[in-house]
Amino acid sequence: MSERSAFAPQRVLLYALLVFLAMLFLLPVYVMVANSFKPLDEIRAGDLMALPVQWTVEPWLAAWSTAQIGVQPTGLRPYFLNSFLLVVPAVIISTLIGALNGYILTQFRFRGAAPLFAAMLFSVFIPFQIVLIPMAKTLGLLGLAGTVKGLVFVNVVYGIGFTTLFFRNYYAAFPPELVRSARMDGAGFFGVLFHILLPNSAPIIIVTVIWQFTNIWNEFLFGASFSDYSSYPLTVALNNLVNSSTGIKEYNVHFAGAFIAAIPTLVVYVLSGKYFVRGLMAGSVKG
Amino acid sequence: MRAGLLPKLLLSPSVLLVLVCVYGYIMFTLYLSFSTSTLMPAYDWAGTANYERLFGLENWDVSVGNLWVFGSLYIGVAIVLGLGFAILIDQRIRAEGVFRSVFLYPMALSFIVTGTAWKWLLDPGVGLERTMHDLGWDSFAFGWIKQGELAIYCVVIAAVWQTVGFVMALFLAGLRGVDAEQVNAARVDGARPWQIYLHVIIPQLGPVFVSAVVILAHMAIKSYDLVIALTNGGPGRSTWLPSVFMYQYSFTRNEMAVGAASAVLMLVAIGLVVLPYLMSEMRKAKNV
Repeated sequence: MSERSAFAPQRVLLYALLVFLAMLFLLPVYVMVANSFKPLDEIRAGDLMALPVQWTVEPWLAAWSTAQIGVQPTGLRPYFLNSFLLVVPAVIISTLIGALNGYILTQFRFRGAAPLFAAMLFSVFIPFQIVLIPMAKTLGLLGLAGTVKGLVFVNVVYGIGFTTLFFRNYYAAFPPELVRSARMDGAGFFGVLFHILLPNSAPIIIVTVIWQFTNIWNEFLFGASFSDYSSYPLTVALNNLVNSSTGIKEYNVHFAGAFIAAIPTLVVYVLSGKYFVRGLMAGSVKG
Repeated sequence: MRAGLLPKLLLSPSVLLVLVCVYGYIMFTLYLSFSTSTLMPAYDWAGTANYERLFGLENWDVSVGNLWVFGSLYIGVAIVLGLGFAILIDQRIRAEGVFRSVFLYPMALSFIVTGTAWKWLLDPGVGLERTMHDLGWDSFAFGWIKQGELAIYCVVIAAVWQTVGFVMALFLAGLRGVDAEQVNAARVDGARPWQIYLHVIIPQLGPVFVSAVVILAHMAIKSYDLVIALTNGGPGRSTWLPSVFMYQYSFTRNEMAVGAASAVLMLVAIGLVVLPYLMSEMRKAKNV
């Protein structure tokens, strides 16, 4: 608590503990990366913790383009593409809807706004098992079963609660005099949104986009329930790769595949972890 | 400003989607849980038969028992470690941002990714046990993931690893908001640092504990991906959770009505955990 020398025994112990814990936390990713560069024999013969003796990129090539996913030896490449085709529109649409809802819910008064927001808020918490069966039926009726479009729809619908929450809380704290003076100057509904609110929304837009990107990229349950061989997102394909392998277990290919699936969200986290944490905190302190 | 037609019109698609796809679907699933549905939804009334069947199923008993074990350990350990990490980070350390990022990065990864890494790390054939043997510690045994009674603890380990950084961030925000005057007063009175934490700071973190328990409990009830990637519910059915049960019965065992009943009970559990918290949060927000 008080200022002490950096070399006091307690401080040394503190840093030793922190460094040890940090290594423990990095261990699974280290294991993933190190073993993705080893030939399979080396993993079978030896130590998962050791660095590769004989470096090879074969496992990466296999995971990317030739590994067996289900019945096809396609590698993860087509499913990586599926995840992108899913994430990009789903993130954009759900963020736009959230901004619009947040604007309307904070800048206009109408009856039932409070219970409506409460209903949206609770939708964030529901276990999605409760909607799986009727959603499967709906997607079938809409002709969207087993398609990436269907997954976009599902992820947008169940993302609205979060994105609305983010923008509502942000716009609730927005200086009202700015909005008022714009209105006096004759700005209409869209004038206020496009010229006053959105230009000042960069932080919350970044938070929302990162949050939605991470969540939808990592999503598994909807993907496993509503997609087929042609539309699997990457998480489902990875799980198939790891869990359905008949015959020999190619650990190195599994690790390479897992890391390929981790790269996009990991890059986003490294570049803008601050905003990711803000999303986490905003998502946890609701109301 | 009073809402005219335009704002209401633009809000209505979202309202409609949420009402139909959340609350309408909840009612639909609730109805299915009282129906005779098997492979496909059916609409004949079956009364409480599905719930009676559910409560008689050993698979359900195992799933619920696992959720208690997993949930209580996961919440307890994550909170103790999360608070501990936050206190360590709060000692005016160098490179604070680096340590925080390292403890928090697993939250950015998919449970399928981390489940795969842990699956092989915990596997006695290739993972930790093997490493210890290679290092010469022949008696070291760590094969929990292959043992029915112990595999659920592997799920706890991986889940705690994944989320403890988040709990740390919650507590760290709480620690930074603690009343500095009280801390200084205690220090002037000659209290030791650990006494100050125990008697002055931690008692002020009540609301953070409540948030953390609610969020972790709700995550525990919804846990699915991690179990699938790590153990796929096995060995046997020893790491089934209600979420795994629901999927199995609804989509692979052709007992959709029983699956719907299990989903309803999951929702009830979430409601019991989350609704009181949300209501008190909203009341607080109103009073500010």
